[in-house]
Amino acid sequence: MKKIPLWIWQILLLVALFAAWHILTVPGLAPNFFFDNNDKAAFFFGEPLRIFTAIWIWFVDGEIYPHLWVTLQETVLAFVIGTLCGLGVGLWLGLAPLASAIADPYIKAANAMPRVILAPIFMVWFGLGIWSKVALGVTLVFFIVFFNVYQGVKEVSPVVLNNARMLGASKAQLLRYVYLPSATSWVFSSLHTSVGMAFVGAVVGEYLGSAKGVGYLIHQAEGTFDINTVFAGILVLTVFALLLDYVVTFAENRLLRWRPGQSETERI
Amino acid sequence: MSVDHKAMHKTVSNVVSNPLHNPPHNTMHRTAMSLRNLTVTFAAKSGNASYTAVKDTTLDIADGEFVSVVGPTGCGKSTLLNIAAGLLRASAGEVTVLGEPLSGINTRAGYMFQAESLMPWRSARDNVMAGLQFRGIARMDAIKRAEEWLERVGLAGFGARYPHQLSGGMRKRVALAQMLILDPKIMLMDEPFSALDVQTRQLMENELLALWETDKKSVLFITHDLEEAISLSDRVIVLSAGPATHPIGEFIIDLPRPRDVAEIRMTPRFLELHEQIWSAMKQEVLKGYQQTRNKLVA
Repeated sequence: MKKIPLWIWQILLLVALFAAWHILTVPGLAPNFFFDNNDKAAFFFGEPLRIFTAIWIWFVDGEIYPHLWVTLQETVLAFVIGTLCGLGVGLWLGLAPLASAIADPYIKAANAMPRVILAPIFMVWFGLGIWSKVALGVTLVFFIVFFNVYQGVKEVSPVVLNNARMLGASKAQLLRYVYLPSATSWVFSSLHTSVGMAFVGAVVGEYLGSAKGVGYLIHQAEGTFDINTVFAGILVLTVFALLLDYVVTFAENRLLRWRPGQSETERI
Repeated sequence: MSVDHKAMHKTVSNVVSNPLHNPPHNTMHRTAMSLRNLTVTFAAKSGNASYTAVKDTTLDIADGEFVSVVGPTGCGKSTLLNIAAGLLRASAGEVTVLGEPLSGINTRAGYMFQAESLMPWRSARDNVMAGLQFRGIARMDAIKRAEEWLERVGLAGFGARYPHQLSGGMRKRVALAQMLILDPKIMLMDEPFSALDVQTRQLMENELLALWETDKKSVLFITHDLEEAISLSDRVIVLSAGPATHPIGEFIIDLPRPRDVAEIRMTPRFLELHEQIWSAMKQEVLKGYQQTRNKLVA
């Protein structure tokens, strides 16, 4: 028997899930075994066909594009600003033992705090536009990158460092040619998590108060108990997050070529 | 203690075949580097007493001379080299490089490390040109010279590879080119080939000798392998077991050059020298071994 490729199984699973969803929710298709009313399942869980119709209309009418664009902007801005701040502060504290010793309890406290509760404060500070969402995303991204860079700086191989010093690197050159590349590799290892966090910041921020964005669409639909549109928004966000992750993987493969991969090492 | 120390030097000078430091190939008698009365004491850390790694050590390297330092493991050989490199400061004593007292990094010296020292995020070529880049040499020029050096160490065409894509021996070649491209007057080598297999190692040793013969630099070569020391060097210095390491013997290696490190090991003179040096070293190796064992038991 010929082996069936993995992706066929994956697609079959997806189809099966949607089929089950369809059968269990469309009124009258399956006997009621939990709800006392035919329409209740559809009310709580939506109907796949209506959800797809809603998505189809969004994309055909072009209604979704400005919202997606806003969410994308927020995500990218939060990611870039958070990463740069995390990189800068991580390098600084990694190289200044005294400063890091003083800051240590505060960093731990700031990291332990559930930062989503900052969203209302950011809304007061930055308004309902994109910047309050960017600020929320930044607080989420910053700590991931910061801890990675901090660790990365501490773990730069002392031999590589001494070698660079013997080759004549000045302090500034050590920072630029040894610490920074070493720390950057740690940033990239946390890339998936930090892009994901930037996205979470953007959507949660939109959900809590905004005038644009996919999170706003979901919030609006929820206000009118339009569960199908809520699910449509969730599906669009999921696909969007998958695409972002794909872009990150692509960037990672390009930029971390120097890293030994599992199968990449060749025998010469 | 110091009386005792002198007495030991006296017994040693009986063993030395040629007590004058006059290596056969050396035409210039200038001293390239001189370590004078070095003592290195590491400050006490919580729970540990302060530790004297090196005590009252004096060592001279003539211009163009290849000097090896052998000694039991953990005796402070690397400490000595780090002081010569300026990476570590001695508690007492003085280092002079080409007649000038050393302060900070020894810029006239290249250093080849025992562990992996290449920057893993740079290709072989970019690693070789790193030193030129730090000195602000134009990129195109640096690339050209790096390619030349890669060719000289037998790695033409491998410039684009990253360290993890190279074998251990190739990485050592890159490290060698990285050091030599800066044309240092002095080469400091800390067991550079100890991680390689025997065949690769002998190959690298021969290539090191060939490169060294073309423009005789002064070499301070640290190893625990006596055969390696004899086959490469003009002079072998034996260190005592730690703590408070100091030289206990010095031997001129009068084997003819150019040498093949594999073949020279079969010659009677090599065996004779080996026996002489080993008999001076043996006691210390046993002592060093006993100490590490006690440490493990404790």
